[in-house]
Amino acid sequence: MKKLLRYLSEYKLEAFLGPLFKLLEASFELIVPLVVAAIIDNGIVRSDKPYIFKMSLVLVLLALVGFTCSVIAQYFAAKAATHFAKGVKRDLFANIQELSYEQIDRLGTTTLITRMTSDMNQVQQGINLSLRLLLRSPFVVFGAMVMAFTIDFGQAMIFLVTIVILSIVVFGIMLWGIPRYKQVQAMLDKVLGLTRENLSGVRVIRAFGREEDEVSAFKQQNDALTKLQEYVGRISSLMNPLTYVILNFAVIVLLYTGASKVNTGALTTGSVVALYNYMSQILVELIKLASLIITITRAVACGNRIQLMLEEKPSMAYGDLDNDLDYNGELISFENVCMRYGDDIEDSLSGVSFSAKKGESVGIIGGTGSGKTTLINLIPRFYDATSGTIRFKGKNIKDYKKEAVLSTIGVVPQKAALFKGSIRDNLKWGNYNATDDELWDALKTAQAVEVVKEKKGELDAQVTQGGRNFSGGQKQRLTIARALAKKPEILILDDSSSALDNMTDKNLREAIKTLPYEPLTFIVSQRASSVISCDKIIVLDDGEVMGMGTHDELLKNCETYREIYESQFGEGKKDA
Amino acid sequence: MRELKRVLKYVSKYRILILASMVFAIISALSALYVPIIAGNVVDCIVGKDNVDFTKIIMLLSRMAVVIIVTAICQWFMYGVNNRITFRVVRDVRNDAFKKLQILPFEFLDSNPQGGIVSKIIADVDQFADGLLMGFTQLFTGIVTIAGTLIFMFVLCWQIAVLVVVLTPASLFIARFIAGRSYKLFKAQSEARAEQTALIDEMVGSLKVVKAFSHEDENREVFDDINERLTITSLKATFFSSLTNPSTRFINNIVYAAVALVGAFVSIGGVMSVGELTIFLSYATQYTKPFNEISGVVTELQNALACARRVFDLIDEKPQIPDKEDAVTLENVKGDIDIKNVRFSYDKDRELITNLNLSAKEGQRIAIVGPTGSGKTTIINLLMRFYDVDDGSIKLEGTDIRDITRKNLRNSFGMVLQETWLRSGTIKENILMGRSGFTDEDVIEAAKKSHAHSFIRKLPNGYDTVIGEDGGVLSQGQKQLLCITRVMLDVPAMLILDEATSSIDTRTEIKIQNAFKQMMNGRTSFVVAHRLSTIKEADVILVMNEGHIIEQGSHKELLEKGGFYSKLYMSQFAS
Repeated sequence: MKKLLRYLSEYKLEAFLGPLFKLLEASFELIVPLVVAAIIDNGIVRSDKPYIFKMSLVLVLLALVGFTCSVIAQYFAAKAATHFAKGVKRDLFANIQELSYEQIDRLGTTTLITRMTSDMNQVQQGINLSLRLLLRSPFVVFGAMVMAFTIDFGQAMIFLVTIVILSIVVFGIMLWGIPRYKQVQAMLDKVLGLTRENLSGVRVIRAFGREEDEVSAFKQQNDALTKLQEYVGRISSLMNPLTYVILNFAVIVLLYTGASKVNTGALTTGSVVALYNYMSQILVELIKLASLIITITRAVACGNRIQLMLEEKPSMAYGDLDNDLDYNGELISFENVCMRYGDDIEDSLSGVSFSAKKGESVGIIGGTGSGKTTLINLIPRFYDATSGTIRFKGKNIKDYKKEAVLSTIGVVPQKAALFKGSIRDNLKWGNYNATDDELWDALKTAQAVEVVKEKKGELDAQVTQGGRNFSGGQKQRLTIARALAKKPEILILDDSSSALDNMTDKNLREAIKTLPYEPLTFIVSQRASSVISCDKIIVLDDGEVMGMGTHDELLKNCETYREIYESQFGEGKKDA
Repeated sequence: MRELKRVLKYVSKYRILILASMVFAIISALSALYVPIIAGNVVDCIVGKDNVDFTKIIMLLSRMAVVIIVTAICQWFMYGVNNRITFRVVRDVRNDAFKKLQILPFEFLDSNPQGGIVSKIIADVDQFADGLLMGFTQLFTGIVTIAGTLIFMFVLCWQIAVLVVVLTPASLFIARFIAGRSYKLFKAQSEARAEQTALIDEMVGSLKVVKAFSHEDENREVFDDINERLTITSLKATFFSSLTNPSTRFINNIVYAAVALVGAFVSIGGVMSVGELTIFLSYATQYTKPFNEISGVVTELQNALACARRVFDLIDEKPQIPDKEDAVTLENVKGDIDIKNVRFSYDKDRELITNLNLSAKEGQRIAIVGPTGSGKTTIINLLMRFYDVDDGSIKLEGTDIRDITRKNLRNSFGMVLQETWLRSGTIKENILMGRSGFTDEDVIEAAKKSHAHSFIRKLPNGYDTVIGEDGGVLSQGQKQLLCITRVMLDVPAMLILDEATSSIDTRTEIKIQNAFKQMMNGRTSFVVAHRLSTIKEADVILVMNEGHIIEQGSHKELLEKGGFYSKLYMSQFAS
């Protein structure tokens, strides 16, 4: 949290003035009971009307000055907090974007999003409240006590004891409550889980005729939640009555001992009234302080998480080679490459060696978890291999500049992600200078022309967030077009035709083959039919290369490939 | 207002509690107001040196102690009762909503996003509870407190009472004004924030794609732009809304000063004692509090009612057509299905299935083929009566399925969908699905048949291993095997199977195939088929495209016909 606070330093003045004005306001508030005491002791007792009038004016003045101070304070606090949040968010977003794939995997996108949104809001809120109240509430509580001390030492001791008891009760109940409220939340989550489960599994539940059982199971869970809520509510609602009793009993003691002191002449009636007024000020502020402390602890926890995220530094280093556009040899070569993720105990890819040239097509096939995606993620250097060497145009891929390799590779990821904006905006991600004609060419190759044509506005048609207004197959074709808009030297299709029917898939593969710029194409698939016509097929199983060669070669000498093929095409179809 | 009536209907079930809550509220509010009066009287007994009436003070202070205790106890009881009413009303609403969920038609369930429905039952109801609780505790007490204060003040000294009454509206007016303005600013803030969240969600959610296309710089520009705008609206909203407290406090302080002035003058005239002035002053500090609370409650209640409306809309949603009163339960279903002249579409403006005829005899195998998205699941929807046909009929053993109870019809089918669904619970619970009369041995037997036993055995607690929502750690293939085991435990006369297309490794795939084969033996089965072997062995093949059934016949017949099927077949299985 500490390092985060340096974002406040730009607004040092605001962060300082906010609390200062808040303190001023509180001080003015603390003077009020003294003025009233003076009215009683001097004005009423001596029937001094001009004095009373003057003192009342002082009260109005105090109110006015107090109001002005607090408006200024609120403004500075709000300004410091919002600008603090702006600065942190800006840097956080920039930093998150610099993270490597390895870091994204480790941290998880959901976590990253939470840090940027709800955690950030908590911190902003915490800063704002702290600037406004953190100094004010204790100041009023202790100020009231100090004022009491100036009036009468003995009476002030009553304040001291009351404040201690009140603090114990207020914080005690809150501390008791926090874990219980978490329990309530956990119970509520269960009820939520049950509801979600019933919706996602509605077909199965109804197929088994389980509707009534589900209702009674829900009732049971819901009842348990209600019981817990009532119990927690009963205890936490003790707070108000208890503090009320403590405070007012303190008033009783105050009045009684005050009366004795007035009787001996040690105290005036006005002072007793002033003490009584100070007592009432304490309670309100103490409760505010308690809830503020909870907000702040939460904000600090969030702040720490955000700070960790800001300290996460990109984990990849780059060389200074540029992409050599005239190179004519092997575009990519793997030499005994192994890859292991994070703290895994096993390699996800081991001992892979192959090379590929311009215009070639390389199929990669294998079951889930066989290492297909791992392999192709190494090509644009999304990850660094754990051991072995990957060469891009004959030179170690690590010696290239940051964007040198990436800028010439078109990737179509497994999960088709489109972004809010027009179709044109989305396609231009591949190449910002692409003309409409070039985009249509890419769409044509990607078999996506009708997808765009049937939308109103064609290239200008809007894509909603995440591309939700397109079907899975349409999205896949558009993401393929996006990669093609780059006119890449290497095209990687990571299981990107899974939502396409076989005919479209086939047309797509044929269209790619006839591209004039002859990209080296990698096709990852679980379907033998997608890779069958590739120049080279790499068969993976459990991270190891089981075979490499053309379809016919593999059918003859690769057991795993034959198994896959037969499971999909049926036995005895070998000669098809 | 319709919502309010509905809420009251739910609440009226607890009218005795409501009555108790009101009684406690009145007692606690009035006795709380009585405390400052006693304190004021005590002050009057403290006149000056050697002029203190101790006997009266002790009497007054003991009375004060009693009143304080009564107030506190009534307050606590009131909170308790209010908690109880709120949480029980909420429970009832949730139960009703959930009950409704079970009888909602698929037309509704399939066209409304799941998250929205869940948030109605959970988040909206929660918000509603908060508003209701606040309403109960603060609205009534607030009103009683205001009324009580006014009465006490008029009794004590009408001049000052008038003064306070005249000044009050100023405080209300300002609070109103600020609330109105901040509402607009908050709306602007939440819009800007939503925009930023959407961007974060999108770009960080697909960060890998962003990086693959080196889109970071463009993103940063867009982000900074939104960030700048958000900061401005956020500053305005935060600042303006935080003015409420200082402003009402200011008005309050003015009232306080006025009371002090007038009170002191009146005291000099001897109309009022110093003690009574103290009473007024402490009333003056507390008087505006209930006003602020009430205006807060009103906004909160409006919000709560809006949430309530969303839940009630769900509860009022049209349910599925109930089973006919004289619906029959068929015994010993053999599996003869007769589909005659069926017409069906989801969207009544767009024709989908027209004139579908199909007759499946006991033990026959029907394969449904077609490209992705061609509507193969529609057939499943109709057979299981998840949807009703628009015209024509589907008959089971000669009886229209609309004349059979849904439970009976659905129990006659064993269904395995491609989308696996498992619930949080043990493996055994997931296999049993609440069916009774099966021993552990039966479960294991079924798992062996479906080839799930070997992996279940390896789990930490075997069949008692608890899996999380939607299968948790299990792989897609293992989930699929569990779903098959579920049906395998007690295979009905008819089967609906959806062959998995992807995400399953070859070896599991073969196991699943074998499990399917074993189940289908001697049963009428409808299979959404992707595999050549399944298709070839089928008695009838339904070929679907774009929601329509375009061809129907055996493998041989269809190939000879040279239509869509033969083209599909060629592209898929011959290259």
